[in-house]
Amino acid sequence: MTLQLNWSRAGTLLQRLGSVIGLALLFIVLSIMSPDFLTTGNLLTVLRQVSINALIAFGMTFVILAGGIDLSVGAILALTGAVTAGLMAAGHGLVLSAGAGLLLGLVLGMVNGALVSWGKVAPFIATLGTMTLLRGVTLSYTQGSPIPVTNSGFALLGGGYVANLIPLPVIWMFVAFVLCGFLLRGTVFGRHVVAIGGNEEAARLSGVRLSPMKLAIYGLSGLLSAFAGIVLTSRLYSAQATAGAGYELDAIAAVVLGGTSLSGGRGWLFGTLVGALLIGFLNNGLNLLGVSSFYQQVVKGIVILIAVLLDRRQ
Amino acid sequence: MNAPLVRMQDIHKAFGPVKVLEGVAFELLPGEVHALMGENGAGKSTLMKILTGIYAPDSGTIEVDGKPASITTPADAEKYGIAIIHQELNLIPALSIADNLFLGREIQRFGLLDHRAMTKRAMEWLARVGMERLDPGTLIERLSVGQQQMVEIARALGQNARVLIMDEPTAALTEHETNTLFKLIRDLRAQGTGIVYVSHRMEEIFALCDRISVLRDGHFVGTRPVPGLAFDEVVKMMVGRTLDARFPTRTPNIREVRLKVEHVTGGMVKDVSFDLHSGEVLGVAGLLGAGRTELARLLFGLDKLSEGTVTLDGKVVTPKSPNEAIHSGFGFVTEDRKAQGLVLDMSLRENVSLPRVPARAGLVDRPGEKKQTRGLIDALKIRTRDMELDVRALSGGNQQKVVLAKWLALKPRVLILDEPTRGVDVGGKAEIYHIINQLAEQGVAILMISSELPEVLAMSDRILVMHEGRATALLEAHGVTQEAVMTAATGGK
Repeated sequence: MTLQLNWSRAGTLLQRLGSVIGLALLFIVLSIMSPDFLTTGNLLTVLRQVSINALIAFGMTFVILAGGIDLSVGAILALTGAVTAGLMAAGHGLVLSAGAGLLLGLVLGMVNGALVSWGKVAPFIATLGTMTLLRGVTLSYTQGSPIPVTNSGFALLGGGYVANLIPLPVIWMFVAFVLCGFLLRGTVFGRHVVAIGGNEEAARLSGVRLSPMKLAIYGLSGLLSAFAGIVLTSRLYSAQATAGAGYELDAIAAVVLGGTSLSGGRGWLFGTLVGALLIGFLNNGLNLLGVSSFYQQVVKGIVILIAVLLDRRQ
Repeated sequence: MNAPLVRMQDIHKAFGPVKVLEGVAFELLPGEVHALMGENGAGKSTLMKILTGIYAPDSGTIEVDGKPASITTPADAEKYGIAIIHQELNLIPALSIADNLFLGREIQRFGLLDHRAMTKRAMEWLARVGMERLDPGTLIERLSVGQQQMVEIARALGQNARVLIMDEPTAALTEHETNTLFKLIRDLRAQGTGIVYVSHRMEEIFALCDRISVLRDGHFVGTRPVPGLAFDEVVKMMVGRTLDARFPTRTPNIREVRLKVEHVTGGMVKDVSFDLHSGEVLGVAGLLGAGRTELARLLFGLDKLSEGTVTLDGKVVTPKSPNEAIHSGFGFVTEDRKAQGLVLDMSLRENVSLPRVPARAGLVDRPGEKKQTRGLIDALKIRTRDMELDVRALSGGNQQKVVLAKWLALKPRVLILDEPTRGVDVGGKAEIYHIINQLAEQGVAILMISSELPEVLAMSDRILVMHEGRATALLEAHGVTQEAVMTAATGGK
């Protein structure tokens, strides 16, 4: 009995370190195989590409840890990006437009939370519904054509650099990582997230208020998706209705690759960061090596399957 | 005397450096009900897992019918006619009785399922366990726990089991179902089946079993015939010392009325009224399904109250959610600690502070939390190496103490205990009783639901008896007999 548990603990540790080891191995292999890989420019470019997925995946980590899933993140990203760009195009200021975008993301996330808690809809179905709905709203709002960004200050959010070197999105990613990490491990809120995922009934009986918690958890996911949407819009200089399609799956992949259990209750935020980096560097490496994009998908799929197989627990 | 059905000798088993069994012997005769006892972690489960081929022993011999047997897989055990009825039943709820009975060994005809043959055979098997009234086409999910257990036994017998291992078989059964099970066990014994009975319930073991074998810390302590055996002797064999008393005594110091429950109605609970005093232990007795747990859920705000009022220290509270109940001063130790009491993948520290995490402005006060946990570990004598270990790794008794610790951290004014010692070994029980007494002495008002009558009689100051959702009696515990409680519990006058 005792030893089985030690094994499972050792397994968890291995699985946790697994993502880190995987990332390190990938780094070494790519450094050897491509001379262009280990350059400051390339690494920073990858970090910038990863930042959008990482921001979404941080929110997704909270949702998955609490035993849920959020498929609507990509759609929220697109709508909030479009609304922010639209408000600026209508002559509103940067702060108001971005603030409205963030607020919209928070509210949309809380709608997911309400559907899941008060509506008692399974998270997969609830967020599948809002994903489809919001994508449609975005398409009709933009009429299918991109909304260009005119505000040059706004363009810095995603396109600017610190010290002429580090892209601002990378800074946002690390700031969000530190804040979310603290939220998860240092606050009562974070503790309750893990408790809900571990045993919802026990959490409820211990006085954890499930509905407000779920509103907050999905709200956080929506807020981070909105932030990612604003950063992406800024970097691309335009908002597109189809932005963020499939991002929900990349975010889930990052969370799972990082060793967080899809059934909830066990996981860590650092793993999600590593998972997002793993996906980013894998894409970059395969590009540098000239692997066709068809095969890139095959490789990515295999990596995800390996991670899920490691997550398998008796 | 016949050759033993099973003889296990000098069994050793270690998991890595942890020695779980060291030279254990066990013998089962045909037509015998043999109790296997020992505290949690003594090695009972491991021994039975070796007998059923789930684990391989490191050394030692197993004989079946006097001949050496090699049991290395569950299929081997089945071949030798050894079957285990698990505490958690292994039936598929959405399939019928017949489907479950023949799962994995379906009768086929031209490659198609032969439903008629299976139904006919299923009826024969059900008749052997006295369940001939059940239709084999009934879905398992429509059966009571007791009936499901009978189906499991029928499946084992249908596979020609001659050795039946039962692990806490009565834990979830009603009084009536327990009696039915005991009658079946006696019938099987008369037919020559050997039964290994694993349980913590002394009364049952003394009523049912022929011999008792005791394990302690992986060692074989001894086998004794039940007739002429004293209760205290068994306890001594199990814990290696004489317990001062099975139920520690307490001088009641009953103070003012703390909780006033008036005409509480909701769900199956109908018009229940009682007073609970500070420093009092009010036992709640009744058969399974009498509405005891439902009453507790109403008081704790888990289910909706349709009528009645609840007054705590002179203030009407009537909780609408567990959160409100906790803020009013209620604590609730639920009957199912794994499903409702604990987050198994969280550490002891995190579980203990779940109802109220020591924090300032939402930020966890880690040193304060550790200090609080350390204090509770000491106060409740929770045996663990490390408060950071997942509670999954703790024994049943220690897990139950963690559930208690959760609530003690809050200093509740009213503590509801639902089956506080279920699945806890003798030593652990005594410690939990001691904690309950201490709490009462500190002035906590305690409502203790229990299906173990000796526990209710010995621990309570007064006893509330329920039957079909109603309170049928409120008795002074002093001098009351089990018969008086049972009469009220069965609705008699």
